[in-house]
Amino acid sequence: MEFAEHIKTANVEDVVLRQPLQPPSRGTLCITGHHLLFSDREESDSRQVLLLLRNIDATEKSVENLTGYSGFFSNASHSERMSGSSGTITMKCKDLRVLQLDIPGMEQCLNIAHSIETLSCLDCVSEMYPFFYRPVELSLPEQWGLSSPEMHYSQMKELYEKWRLSTVNRDYSVCSSYPPAVIVPKSIDDDTLKKAAKFRQGGRFPVLCYYHKKNGMVIMRSSQPLLGANRKRCKEDELLLQAVIEGSDKGYIIDTRSRQQAQQARMTGGGFESKSFYSRWKRFHRPMERGKALQESLIKLVEACGDESNNMDRWLSKLENSKWLSHVQNALSTAGLLVECVERDGHSVLVHGSEGTDCSLLISTLAQLIMDPCCRTVEGFLGLLEREWIQARHPFQQRCAHSAYSHARLQQESPVFLLLMDCVWQLWRQFPLALGFSEALLLRLATEVYASDYGTFLCNSDQERCALGVKERTHCLFQALLRPTQRDYYSNPLYERTELAIWPSVHPQSLQLWKGYFLRWTQQVRHLEEAQEEIRNMVIEWGKLACS
Amino acid sequence: MEHIRTPKVENVRLLDRSSGQRKASVGTLYLSATHTIFVENNPETRKETWVLHSMVSSVERPPTTPSGGQLILRCKDFRIFQIFIPQERDGLDVHASLARLSRPEKYSELYCLSFNPNVNKEEREESWNFIDLMADYKRMGVPNNLWVATAANGEYRVCDTYPSELFVPKSATPTIIVGSSRFRSRGRFPALSYFHQDTLAAVCRCSQPLSGFSGRCQEDEMMLQALMKSNPGSDYIYVVDTRPKLNAMANRAAGKGYENEDHYTNIKLQFIGIENIHVMRSSQQKIIDVGEMRSPSMTDFLWGLENSGWLKHIKAILDAGVFVARAVADEGVSVLVHCSDGWDRTAQACSVASILLDPYYRTIRGLMVLIERDWVSFGHKFSHRYAHLDRDPKEVSPVIDQFLECVWQLSEQFPCAFEFNERFLIAIHTHVYSCQYGTFLGNSQKERRDMRLHERTHSVWPQLWKDRGEYTNPLYKAELSQSQGVLRPNTSPYCFKMWKGLYNHAEKSTPPRQSPADFLSAVREESQQLEEELTNHQEVPPGGTAHHHHPGSRQEDRSPDGEADHLGEDRGSPEED
Repeated sequence: MEFAEHIKTANVEDVVLRQPLQPPSRGTLCITGHHLLFSDREESDSRQVLLLLRNIDATEKSVENLTGYSGFFSNASHSERMSGSSGTITMKCKDLRVLQLDIPGMEQCLNIAHSIETLSCLDCVSEMYPFFYRPVELSLPEQWGLSSPEMHYSQMKELYEKWRLSTVNRDYSVCSSYPPAVIVPKSIDDDTLKKAAKFRQGGRFPVLCYYHKKNGMVIMRSSQPLLGANRKRCKEDELLLQAVIEGSDKGYIIDTRSRQQAQQARMTGGGFESKSFYSRWKRFHRPMERGKALQESLIKLVEACGDESNNMDRWLSKLENSKWLSHVQNALSTAGLLVECVERDGHSVLVHGSEGTDCSLLISTLAQLIMDPCCRTVEGFLGLLEREWIQARHPFQQRCAHSAYSHARLQQESPVFLLLMDCVWQLWRQFPLALGFSEALLLRLATEVYASDYGTFLCNSDQERCALGVKERTHCLFQALLRPTQRDYYSNPLYERTELAIWPSVHPQSLQLWKGYFLRWTQQVRHLEEAQEEIRNMVIEWGKLACS
Repeated sequence: MEHIRTPKVENVRLLDRSSGQRKASVGTLYLSATHTIFVENNPETRKETWVLHSMVSSVERPPTTPSGGQLILRCKDFRIFQIFIPQERDGLDVHASLARLSRPEKYSELYCLSFNPNVNKEEREESWNFIDLMADYKRMGVPNNLWVATAANGEYRVCDTYPSELFVPKSATPTIIVGSSRFRSRGRFPALSYFHQDTLAAVCRCSQPLSGFSGRCQEDEMMLQALMKSNPGSDYIYVVDTRPKLNAMANRAAGKGYENEDHYTNIKLQFIGIENIHVMRSSQQKIIDVGEMRSPSMTDFLWGLENSGWLKHIKAILDAGVFVARAVADEGVSVLVHCSDGWDRTAQACSVASILLDPYYRTIRGLMVLIERDWVSFGHKFSHRYAHLDRDPKEVSPVIDQFLECVWQLSEQFPCAFEFNERFLIAIHTHVYSCQYGTFLGNSQKERRDMRLHERTHSVWPQLWKDRGEYTNPLYKAELSQSQGVLRPNTSPYCFKMWKGLYNHAEKSTPPRQSPADFLSAVREESQQLEEELTNHQEVPPGGTAHHHHPGSRQEDRSPDGEADHLGEDRGSPEED
């Protein structure tokens, strides 16, 4: 497909760009298939703004037929062209930035707006920018991703005795959303797995996602069992779970739905593990918000942050009403429950909700960060995200199609990954020395997930990525973040590894609005960044002295 | 001592609720003339807990339960102690003793008059000279050809709640001063609080005029004219009335009120809308309650926060300071600030403005100077507001708490701009209430002089200065752009949060949370040492000083029954089919 057919006007002169924290500037606007490029002509050191069109969540345009329009600059030489008509395009980005373009000439303005609207939400994955991004210093194909299930398994010698790597899903036929290799109890053969998979929504049968070295307990992940109204049972699924707790008196199931929701799911073919057939499993219900409700929570929060009424009561009530912080609290406390089961109580846990691709990933990821020091380095954290979110499949394409500003009708959007980043930030804030990465890494990831040069967050599953050749034809974000200069920038200068679990406080007073993200385009956040920079310098200085 | 009915009770259990302690410890309770002391029985720790009687704000005795009676001690620094006493008789005695001891009736009963740190007479006298206000006026360039010292209030003749040494516009003659003071509530005439050398504009303060509906006073009008003339860069002044306009109007019926713009030429009147001390008192009670909630949901918490109105009030005070600072720094216009009596809201607005205007007040010593000037010397009624004696409870209000919180909110917004940390602010807060030092005793300079406090008590400032190592913010960097010149804070509602360190002790001391500040302090200290070593021994062999370990105490051991308690409560009852 040709992008050109969407671009009627590629260049406009005399455009005024207004962006947060900077004075307006006048220059040339250029639209390409994937970018909006603005170059400032007035400054001697010409500034450029390069914006990925994919980043634009919503546009608003207004055109006016103004005679005597004077604009921001009262430069007489422009007045002729300005005297006709002009238009303004407001672009609200997925990274929460709001930009405004003042464009001379109504027609040009409408053309530009049309191009932005069309090109910012192309549906076809293979037309997206990561397939065109070719930085000169890199060549394709590169190693895509940090690890694979096979490598992960081979490095975990502790697993060998009781667990095996199954390739039952090598052609994605058992479960289209699982990677080709998964870790399962050694005593369970592939045929049993195939049958168990039929009893789980989307074929997501229970697989191992974390092994706790301290006591050999594990976290398993799956989707809901397909009991249905007739309370069907599946011997193979029961066997599989039985094998997980072989040698232990019991296991726990954390269902991320309320008991009532789980009951109701039976009407549509789903359900939960019943006591009679899974007698050694004890079930907790911890309802977590998901889907549309979570997306609406984000929209309300962003709206509250943009409220300019300067009224404290209004702010606090909007903040409360958005419920975002309640979701943060809930996610951290459910993850805390999971850690408590594994670390303190010494039992294995199975986590699922309905599909097992959202909240289950969220809390298993958080639990691993809390328990396992290996997940708290930059490499470890990215590896964890790769295992839990990329390989075990979070449908990024669907969940992150739009963010808080979009007027489009909500479909499958849901900011689960953003909620994860917020929760990790809360951990980072409460344990500023225990995590090896900086807030900047969380911000970068939270941005990239919505619009990126890299292929990492494209598609909804491993299968889709393979079909489109994502791994051969795009660059990998995680690899990029680990290149030396980047890695330094994203590491926490205060980091010191601790073997202990880092139990977060979930008391409301201990949880805060993530200003670095939600208010990132305000002056105040600059001061906080300056302080972070100061910390980095102090530690570097100290390191130098200590070495000399 | 006559109030102590029983000096010692054994087998008492104490629960420090504010520290997040979950199991009461057993020990012996002692009552001294100044403290309640609890010593743990545990022979290994023998931990001692000391509570100053003057820090106790209330002693409650809930109905006796089968396991014995209990007392609940609430402190002015928001700590809460639960004391279980086996014998009812002992409980009654301790309760009666503490109820009396925590409500001293006379100044002579206060701790500062018996507190005797190991210093001699000369040192004590010297301690009172530690903060030199005249030196600070000199630092800001006063006196000069615009502002002069006046002797009018010598011996507190004109205004007994003002300091004896004051600065006024050069053209303000004693007649004008005296005339103006007669037209102002409590005689508190306009005087200089802060002079901004860069713009020559000044922050001045006074009380409300006794104008009623139509009263006027020529000398007062001349006084304001003189203020205006003392700033060559501007032909008007702002008069900031920090009260809500309605309150100010209501005051007119009582013969007070605000400046009539028809009578005063060249003034611009501005109302800010900070609520009165009664509103603030009840608001603080509400936020204390929020801090005490056991396991609130996020909704409960945010509703509680909104409902208390506390952050709204803090914002109003900061907004007042911002208005004054902008007028002075950006517009170069002098500002006269008043409220009703000019010793509460006025002190808040003026001192916040000074913090914003002058980096000096963001240092440890500078904040001491500022509090000494705008609060202590200008007659903020410490003993009334902080209930040093058992007097009218309607006079009590957390006025300086709010100022300290404004400073804390600012320090959260500008992490590198303040030399001190949160602990310094909390230490000041404690001593405002503790009566351990004479600094904050009484309601005015005159009262302190009459009580001869300089001879009979010690000043708190040298002590805090001695401990400054503990109060230093490792991130403070005066050269950084955010630290220089005028602070321009964002006062959008989202910039304010509850001051957890002050209102929620439980959070503060649950198994040591990691503090980057402590870590950085250690880093900074060690860097300095290393630097010294390097300069002293340039030829240290390689590896000679290579003790590259992380400095500081970096505990993060979280006790198993720590914070994840909310989980514990839910455990053990999994869903059954």
